[in-house]
Amino acid sequence: MKSLTFNPQQSRRKFINSLGCLTIGFSLARPSWASAENSLLEDTLPGSLRRTPRVDAWLEILGDGRVRVLVGKMELGQGVRTAIGMVAAEELDLNLDQVEVHLAETGRTPNEGYTAGSGSMENSAMSVRYAAAFARQKLLAIAAKRWNKDPETLRMVNGKVSANGSKEAFTFAQLLDGSQIQDEVKLPVKLKPAAEYRYIGKAIPRTDIEPMVRGEAVYVQDLRLPGMVHARVVRPPAYEAKLESFDTGSFNSPGLLKVVRDGSFLAVVAADEYQAIQAQERAREHSRWSSTQTLPADRDLNSYIRKLPAKSQTVKNQGNTTPLDQPDPRSLKASYFKPYHMHGSIGPSCAVALYEKGMLHVWSHTQGMYPLRDAIAKMLKMDLEKVHLIGVPGSGCYGHNGADDVATDAALIAMAYPDKPVRVQWMREEENAWEPYGSAMCMDAEARLDETGKISHWRYAVWSDSHSSRPGGNPNNLLAARHLAEPFAIPGARYSGGGYRNSEPYYEIPNLKIDAHIFEGPLRVSSLRSLGAYANIFAIESFMDELAVLAKRDPLEFRLAHSTDERAIAVIKKLQSMIQKVSTGPDEGLGVAFSRYKNSASYCAVAAKVAVDKVSGTVRVQRIWAVIDAGETVNLDGIINQTEGGMIQSASWTLNEEVKYDQEHISSRDWTSYPIMRYSEVPLVEVAVIQHLELDPLGGGEAAQGPTSAAITNAIYRAGGKRIRHLPVRPEEVAG
Amino acid sequence: MEKNLILHVNGKEHTVTVDPATPLLYVLRNQLEFNGPKYGCGIEVCGACMVLMDGVAAPSCRIPVEAMEGRKITTLEGLTRSDGSLHPVQKAFVKEQAAQCGYCLNGMVMATVALLNENKKPDEAAIRAGLDRNLCRCGTHTRIIKAVQTAAKDS
Repeated sequence: MKSLTFNPQQSRRKFINSLGCLTIGFSLARPSWASAENSLLEDTLPGSLRRTPRVDAWLEILGDGRVRVLVGKMELGQGVRTAIGMVAAEELDLNLDQVEVHLAETGRTPNEGYTAGSGSMENSAMSVRYAAAFARQKLLAIAAKRWNKDPETLRMVNGKVSANGSKEAFTFAQLLDGSQIQDEVKLPVKLKPAAEYRYIGKAIPRTDIEPMVRGEAVYVQDLRLPGMVHARVVRPPAYEAKLESFDTGSFNSPGLLKVVRDGSFLAVVAADEYQAIQAQERAREHSRWSSTQTLPADRDLNSYIRKLPAKSQTVKNQGNTTPLDQPDPRSLKASYFKPYHMHGSIGPSCAVALYEKGMLHVWSHTQGMYPLRDAIAKMLKMDLEKVHLIGVPGSGCYGHNGADDVATDAALIAMAYPDKPVRVQWMREEENAWEPYGSAMCMDAEARLDETGKISHWRYAVWSDSHSSRPGGNPNNLLAARHLAEPFAIPGARYSGGGYRNSEPYYEIPNLKIDAHIFEGPLRVSSLRSLGAYANIFAIESFMDELAVLAKRDPLEFRLAHSTDERAIAVIKKLQSMIQKVSTGPDEGLGVAFSRYKNSASYCAVAAKVAVDKVSGTVRVQRIWAVIDAGETVNLDGIINQTEGGMIQSASWTLNEEVKYDQEHISSRDWTSYPIMRYSEVPLVEVAVIQHLELDPLGGGEAAQGPTSAAITNAIYRAGGKRIRHLPVRPEEVAG
Repeated sequence: MEKNLILHVNGKEHTVTVDPATPLLYVLRNQLEFNGPKYGCGIEVCGACMVLMDGVAAPSCRIPVEAMEGRKITTLEGLTRSDGSLHPVQKAFVKEQAAQCGYCLNGMVMATVALLNENKKPDEAAIRAGLDRNLCRCGTHTRIIKAVQTAAKDS
């Protein structure tokens, strides 16, 4: 049995051990541990399960021997569908092909809020685990009663329960006489010990990739409903522009079925998609807009956002950092900047809506089915039960992209054009120009080393806009709702926590002060993978690198010298061994970085090797290595895939990306004006996973974003001596 | 103004009645109900809409359907054998789990088929060049390179 002395930072669940005075955090999944201690442990079920405790809300026993799992999460390309299927199959001893997973749908699946924040394994998968384990107990109890035997003598294999030594077997459906398990899940629940896992922790192939290669209908973009029509919205030329004139009477376009106008919300409907696109272009020419707003295109964004009015808060204050005000040869100061970043989904957002018989149905790839349903219902002043949202995967979203807004468009148009499904497909320029971005941010870091070369004082300030304007049940966050004749104004209260996510370094520093300043910036913003963590870790890990140079220490050794968390030390040491034999030639550099996502989730250490052309300033990222500890990894390959993806995406953000705008609106309308990395530029990536099947799952989808950026800029420094503090990396800053 | 056009797709002839200026992508997806080629940008810079046109991988989002008469079009679906088994490239993508959201997969697969038709054993540089017109936002590039290498080996 592995050592079970954890430090409280290692686990998300805290228990009071009645036999001692320790507050220990550990995973619920270890019945052998619990029985060994024989303690009165207060346990809690996972969040989603507490909210929806009935077994049949999560599991449907099917007549053909299969089980259908209902979850409130969405498949975003992270393989959650397969991972959740694995968890159910594990606890119920089913074959993987005996489990199907039904994604978020209002009125059908549990409400699990958003598929975000890397929380699906902790919440959704753990809820399914407990529900399935409870169902197992219940099924065995029913069988035991039927055979008048001890449940411990029964076997459950591939959907059938039998008594040892007997050939008679019942399927789950037979045991339940065709009904479902209506009990509420209650502790104690006996979970399968990790040592007996068939699937969990292994690299299990996803079930949805084969349908993709076969060209089966997989995405919301593939929906074809009987009688479906196509619509397009004519967007304003600027955020606050108003539609001054559009003469519906004189407007004509081939195949036009309807013009929908509500205030400044203007849409066209046609039977054929290309006709709808042509109508959109014509309608744009036919319309007159007024705009008073201008974007600060002539200002340097970095200095501009620092000067905006902001709500300030001290995130952390420990010891005394005022000595930093005195100049000192062992002190260092640096400022960092990150521009607006786009989600940049390859497939622009899409939705289908149908209003018939008083019910509004919307097929959407939103990350939050129930919150969107609530927001749309409120916008339309409809009862919640009359609005039905069905989750269908879209293209990767990496946060809050245009998915909720296009669903809103479709809903509005469907209400005006009832009884036929209405499909709205955002065009590329719409997605680029209207999606809510990851906020531009500035970071100031200051620190001092003591005589031993360790950090004694650290002061940090971050400027950021909000990192969430997700619908959250509020129509004020829906794009089209702002353009209606009776508009829903952009809400004032904004989620500010994202800006200072990971603003506190995960290192032992005695004197620490961290301040956050939250402003309302010029561009539309919301959640983008890792929220503020990307920028904060970019700044912190770049700064750590600068301090390591000042301390004349190897950058990884410098970080280890400030780390006490065993798991942090383990990922850093593993990275050290991975890159031990990596050599760098002239104009090449190896850079490193580390972070623990949210200071409570996955641990990730990253190294990047770059080649720099000192004349042109071009940087080529050749290879990136990462080590990730995400606790219990349900699907090992899922974690690897997500980490690889995060590394490449972060490399693209760091080297290539910034949202551009002119006085009127966004100018980054396509892949030429917003060039995400192409095959000619992408690095090869390699991921090592430190698995801990005995610990809680920590969700790894966002862990690599932050450290990858600093690993790259630190590598650039070591390749050519230039410190990059301003993103994206600019050739003129890299060149001599 | 609609016209009757005959398109040769995946080995079969299809008659469509459409505005001849309609980009091929919309005809394939809407009139002919293929899922393979996908809308990504509409201006031929992302590769999501790729099909094979007489064996050459090309975007379908701009070319007017009228220009496609007489050409042999193959979509992703057309790679699957008539007995339902997978083309080596399709098989390789599944084996290497070369997808996250999978939206770019159509373009990547079609470009790979065309690449391997030209170059049976491409090295990494040739693979990168062969797929440079295809964007992936999820960062699945490394796996896709592996899938191409696996397909080359297993072809």
